[in-house]
Amino acid sequence: MSDNLTLRTPSQRIAWTATIVISTLVFIFLVAPILAIMPLSFSSGSYLTYPLPGLSLRWYGDFINSPRWMNSLKNSMIIGVASTLLSMVLGTLAALGLAQWKSRFKPLVLAFVLSPVVVPGVITAVGLYFFFAPIGLTGTYLGLILAHTALATPFVVITVGATLQSFETNLVRAAASLGASPLQAFRRVILPLILPGLASGALFAFATSFDEVVIVLFMAGPEQRTLPREMFSGIRENISPTITAAAVILTTVSVILLVTLEALRRRNERLKGSA
Amino acid sequence: MTAALIGTDVKTSVPLKRRLKRAERARQIKALALVAPLLLFLLFTFAGPIAGMLWRAVDDREVREVLPQAVSALADWNGKDLPDEKAYAALAGDILAARASGTIAIAAKRLNYALNGFRTILTNTARSLKAAPEPGTAKETLAKINPAWRERATWMTIKNASGPMTGFYLLAALDLTRNADGAIVAAAPDQAIYRAVFARTFLISLSVTVFCLILGFPVAYLLATLPPARSNLLMIFVLLPFWTSLLVRTCAWIVLLQSKGVVNDSLHWLGIIDQPLRLIYNRFGVCVAMTHVLLPFMILPLYSTMKAISPAYMRAAASLGAPPLTAFLRIYLPQTLPGIGAGSLLVFILALGYYITPALVGGAADQMISYFIALYTTETANWGLASALGAVLLLATVLLALVYGKLVQGQQVTGGMKN
Repeated sequence: MSDNLTLRTPSQRIAWTATIVISTLVFIFLVAPILAIMPLSFSSGSYLTYPLPGLSLRWYGDFINSPRWMNSLKNSMIIGVASTLLSMVLGTLAALGLAQWKSRFKPLVLAFVLSPVVVPGVITAVGLYFFFAPIGLTGTYLGLILAHTALATPFVVITVGATLQSFETNLVRAAASLGASPLQAFRRVILPLILPGLASGALFAFATSFDEVVIVLFMAGPEQRTLPREMFSGIRENISPTITAAAVILTTVSVILLVTLEALRRRNERLKGSA
Repeated sequence: MTAALIGTDVKTSVPLKRRLKRAERARQIKALALVAPLLLFLLFTFAGPIAGMLWRAVDDREVREVLPQAVSALADWNGKDLPDEKAYAALAGDILAARASGTIAIAAKRLNYALNGFRTILTNTARSLKAAPEPGTAKETLAKINPAWRERATWMTIKNASGPMTGFYLLAALDLTRNADGAIVAAAPDQAIYRAVFARTFLISLSVTVFCLILGFPVAYLLATLPPARSNLLMIFVLLPFWTSLLVRTCAWIVLLQSKGVVNDSLHWLGIIDQPLRLIYNRFGVCVAMTHVLLPFMILPLYSTMKAISPAYMRAAASLGAPPLTAFLRIYLPQTLPGIGAGSLLVFILALGYYITPALVGGAADQMISYFIALYTTETANWGLASALGAVLLLATVLLALVYGKLVQGQQVTGGMKN
């Protein structure tokens, strides 16, 4: 790389070495805690300390045999998938609309659509708690799905919107001039082109819901507790090795999402490069 | 549409223009129709609830609903002398009715916020009134039951709480209150805790932002300078924690920092310490965990700004004789300022509203404003105060977000952001 080759003076070399050293320490700071917690879940003892007394899968057995943990995993999946699907529909429609809408109010509308990301979780949660309680939506799956959809949709609007920025609208016109109905044009022309954006939007949406805990804290009844919610009370009471097993399961889901997203990005870049 | 355009008489341009305009308008309506479902959805699941919360911060109808006759009798009371017999009689009637319908506690709770001990006055009066309906004026009866009814402040409290709207909670959120004359004064010391909480929230957020900047800058620089193949690989170190659940990371820090945790054990083994250090359930733990959680939000915007800086500038500076440090400070650093601004604001905004991490790794003296909002909502059900504190936090967030919006205008920094 060009910059490294231009490092001629000793002071430049020292600065570069310092950058590498500090960055390495920061990388360790970032990743070490996540890696440190994993082996503990395979411990045969019940203390969260190193060295491990032995290896065992008993805490994973604990997790699988606990109706409480399994129910929370199931809830996380139900709420995550449902709010992802809902936010995909709402977000994609909105992104398509925003791409062709011309108005001086557009920045305002866009800011409004993206605001659930910025507004502190506690404020949204308290507002929803007051708003949903009288209409019977607290303590229900529907209430949580709606709330998570509101948090997740901005990510779909952003990712699909980014794909649409490089979108050639003439293709739609071409499809129309060749006799395609708007629905056909959408299915056969627009959809395949925005698919990468849709997929990463879906991943973001799912991750947002799968990770969310503040709203669940306020709105979920005992039946709707999600995996992060169970972890929250577990951490509060007393961290047991079962929680570290839950942490490993959550991290595995995150890694799967991250790898999929990275693969999508690479594929997209490759396609752009060949175009 | 194309066929229709060809069909028009092209020599007369006015109909064509009009047709184009009409087609464009149809397109705009269609665009708006596509956005509408999301707007309506967010109105119901986001804007409505927040507007409702803001409304609760000024809503004050409890006393008015429970003691309606007293409230209307006090409406034309001058506030200087004790109210007249009419007001006493009205209040006595209200209290008896409220006791019968079981709503007296609602008014008692609200009045107790404004004047400590009011709950006792009201419940005591309600009990005695029913037990012994004595002859004589209402004024004498009430004053006999509780001497507080001989004090102007008691009545003023009812008058000030008669609604339908109030600045009471918003003032309380800023450690202010109205005295018996209606002037805004500092709240009693035992109730004046929120300015300190806001200051603490601000201080923690600021420290975390500074830590993130110090740690994030070299990393972003390294990632932006290395060839793509290697920086993509190192990016995993930033993206993995970014994608890992907040609770996993908080849990990991507790495991690492607790008194028998990895860090204390290692330090002990190295002979640096004899006694385990207290690293968690205090300010240190909160700052470390929050910095860990928010660091990727600093690195990513910094990285995208640095990536766009051409290395030619630095080379030009060097070739013109600038020493490396001068070139860095005067050429490179100024160009990273938009990234520094965007990253710092983003981290600061996210830190301001933090709840989970301080709640889990902080002590009683490290709780931020979100904790109190949650506390008053679910534990003590002082919804007016919870909403007022929420309104102040929301205002701060919106103002900072507006600055952020101005700063990143035209920049593509939102890609890859996850909350």
